[in-house]
Amino acid sequence: MSTAPRDWTAHPPYLYAGYKSTTLRGPTKPLIPLKQSLSEMTGPVFGQDCLGPLDHDLTRNGRKNGEPLGERIVVTGRVLDEAGRPVRNTLVEVWQANAAGRYVHKVDQHDAPLDPNFFGGGRCVTDEEGNYRFHSIKPGAYPWGNHHNAWRPNHIHFSLFGPTIATRLVTQMYFPGDPLLPLDPIFLGTPEGARERLISNFAIDVTEPGFALGYVFDIVLRGPAATPMEA
Amino acid sequence: MALKQTPSQTVGPYFAYGLTPTQYGYDLPSIAGPELATEETDGQPIRIVGQVFDGQGQPIGDAMIEIWQADAQGRYAHPADSRNPNATFRGFGRCGTGTDPRNRFVFETVKPGPTGDGSAPHTTVIVFMRGMLTHAYTRLYFSDEAEANAADPVLASVPEDRRDTLIAKREDTAAGVVYRFDIHMQGDRETVFFEV
Ligand SMILES: [Fe+3]
Repeated sequence: MSTAPRDWTAHPPYLYAGYKSTTLRGPTKPLIPLKQSLSEMTGPVFGQDCLGPLDHDLTRNGRKNGEPLGERIVVTGRVLDEAGRPVRNTLVEVWQANAAGRYVHKVDQHDAPLDPNFFGGGRCVTDEEGNYRFHSIKPGAYPWGNHHNAWRPNHIHFSLFGPTIATRLVTQMYFPGDPLLPLDPIFLGTPEGARERLISNFAIDVTEPGFALGYVFDIVLRGPAATPMEA
Repeated sequence: MALKQTPSQTVGPYFAYGLTPTQYGYDLPSIAGPELATEETDGQPIRIVGQVFDGQGQPIGDAMIEIWQADAQGRYAHPADSRNPNATFRGFGRCGTGTDPRNRFVFETVKPGPTGDGSAPHTTVIVFMRGMLTHAYTRLYFSDEAEANAADPVLASVPEDRRDTLIAKREDTAAGVVYRFDIHMQGDRETVFFEV
C-alpha cells in the first residue's frame, strides 16, 4: 500500500525568507517525483522494547535531587492518518526547553538557568487507539538570533515515524493563546490555514487535579494513497 | 481524506539530546545510532561518510541524517516485506553532524542487496536541520554498481547531469570499504531531492 503525497498546503516550503537560515540551506531545485517502491513502503519499527521506564515522564526522567521547576503539564493526543485511522504502536519522540527557556543542549548559550532536575527529552509508543501521553514541564520561551528581539513561542519538538519512511514527520507543538505565535517566522512559514493545527488545546478533562494542566495535541500523518499502486 | 496532515516544522539546532543522545554524550540511550551493523551482521561491512554543505559551500554542523536500507539480501525489516520475517538487521541509522571535527556523518553498515524490483542497491537518506522547515528525501546509490545503476528506474528519472549527486564514491581504505556521499543543499552540485 503506497502513501498519499505530502500535502504542500500543509507543510512549509524549503525557502522562506522570514526564517533566515532557510536561505542557504533549503533546496532550490524542484523535487523530483519518485514512484514509491518497497523502499518507501517500509520503515523502521520501534516498539515498547526501545523505551526506558521513565521515558514518557519528563518530570521524573531527569531528576537528580528533587523536582524540576515549572508548571507541570500532561500532553496527550492521538496519532491518526489522513483517513482518520489510528496509527498504532508508533514511536513518538519529544524534546523541549525547561521552564526558563533553556535547553540541556551544550550549544544553547541562552542566559537562563539550567534545571538540574530536568532533562527535556522523552519518548513513548502509541497504543492500539493511536494515543500517546507524556508528563512534562511547560517549556519557556527563548530568544534566538533570527532578527532583532526574536523569541520562539513556547513549544515542544515532536518526531514521529508512522508505518513507513514516507510518513516520517518532525514538528513542533505550540500552546494556545501564545502572544509570540503571530511574530514567529517558523510558525508563520507554515501555510495559513494549516498553522492552527500546530497549536494544542487546553483541556480541563485531561488536567490532573492538584497535579498538572492538560493539553491535547492530535497529530495527522500521511494516509494511504487514493489509488493503489499498479502491480 | 477526512483529516489534514499536521505541518512539518524544523528539527532546530537542539535536537541532539532528544534524537541522538548517545552519540552526543547525553544521559539517554538512543533508539538508533550511526552503527547499523555489528561483526555478526551478514553481508559486506561498509562505511558511509559524508558532509552536508550549505549554499556557500560550508559544512553544516547541526544537521541530522537518517538512513533506511535493506539487508545484504535486499530485504527490509518491515512487515510489508514478507521475505524477511526474522530480521535481525534493522536497517535504520541516525547520525548528527556535530560530533565529528569535520562535521561528517559516519555510518557503519553493510551494503544493501538489490530489492528484487529492478532497482539498483540503494539506501534512503533523510535530511533534517535547523533552517529546513520540512525534511528532504534523497537516495544513495553505489559507484561500483554501474550496471545496476544504469538500469535503475529512479536514476533514469533524474536529469543525467544531476545523477552523479546520488552516487556514493567507493574508496578502498586500510580500514575497509568506504562510500563517500556528500550532500549539497544548494548550488551547482545541489543534491537531487525526491518527492517521496
Ligand atoms: Fe526549540
